[in-house]
Amino acid sequence: MSFALVLFYLFGAILLASALAVVLVRNPVHAALFLVLAFVTASALWLLLYAEFLAITLVLVYVGAVMVLFLFVVMMLDINIDRLREGFWGNLPLALGVGILMAAEMVLLVLRGSQPGADPGAPPAGFSNTKALGAVLYTDYVFAFELAAIVLLVAIVAAIAITLRTRKETKYQDPSAQLSVKASDRLKIIKGVSE
Amino acid sequence: MIPLNHFLILGALLFAISVVGIFMNRKNLIVLLMAIELMLLAVNMNFIAFAHHLNDLSGQVFVFFILTVAAAESAIGLAILVALFRNLRSINVDDLASLKG
Repeated sequence: MSFALVLFYLFGAILLASALAVVLVRNPVHAALFLVLAFVTASALWLLLYAEFLAITLVLVYVGAVMVLFLFVVMMLDINIDRLREGFWGNLPLALGVGILMAAEMVLLVLRGSQPGADPGAPPAGFSNTKALGAVLYTDYVFAFELAAIVLLVAIVAAIAITLRTRKETKYQDPSAQLSVKASDRLKIIKGVSE
Repeated sequence: MIPLNHFLILGALLFAISVVGIFMNRKNLIVLLMAIELMLLAVNMNFIAFAHHLNDLSGQVFVFFILTVAAAESAIGLAILVALFRNLRSINVDDLASLKG
């Protein structure tokens, strides 16, 4: 058994264990932290497949941004966990049935299917995965790349628009209303009888 | 080196675990979102394994786009979750029955 295979089994076991922990633990904060462990382990597995750029991206984007967002939201919400856990274990028979059936189907299909030729092994020395990815990303896939940028922009605008609220009690200035004010709005001269 | 089968089976098991998670956490919206992230990770694992074994970079490019869309999806999902919690004071899926669907 080669060293890479030993590493694969080690990381694979950690990945599956942490994935199980994500779906089974009681506290959502712990679930988010186990999800971080799962992502880090998956990025180690991707390194075994020589996908360096994506491995680093997974850690940066997922662990660095998405999971921090998850943790932030979980800690901000005041959740009643007991209500959410009602009937949790009652779903176990159905969940296990569907899960085992699905896993068995996919594993049988993989074992039965034809395999591509021998493992191409490590890329030649001096090969840069990032450079190769950039070379196709900015040429063959440039249209898809720009679409991805638009998707991210839409996501930013949508996330802000959904969560933004103007409180009624907040005092703020409206510059256009301030500028369009006329002297007659401010000062009113009343004809009165002086003493 | 590591055979392709190993990665495909690992991806299949990871996907099955997240399906189990979706069934078990039917009420907890935030763990449902996490299970979806795990599913995407399983799919990405298959893409990268195939990209390596077929010596084709397109698989990795596709994973790049999946990561982009998944980040956008989780950001909007969490935004909806926060807006929902503000209005209902709950993230229980059973409380989201105002449309009587």
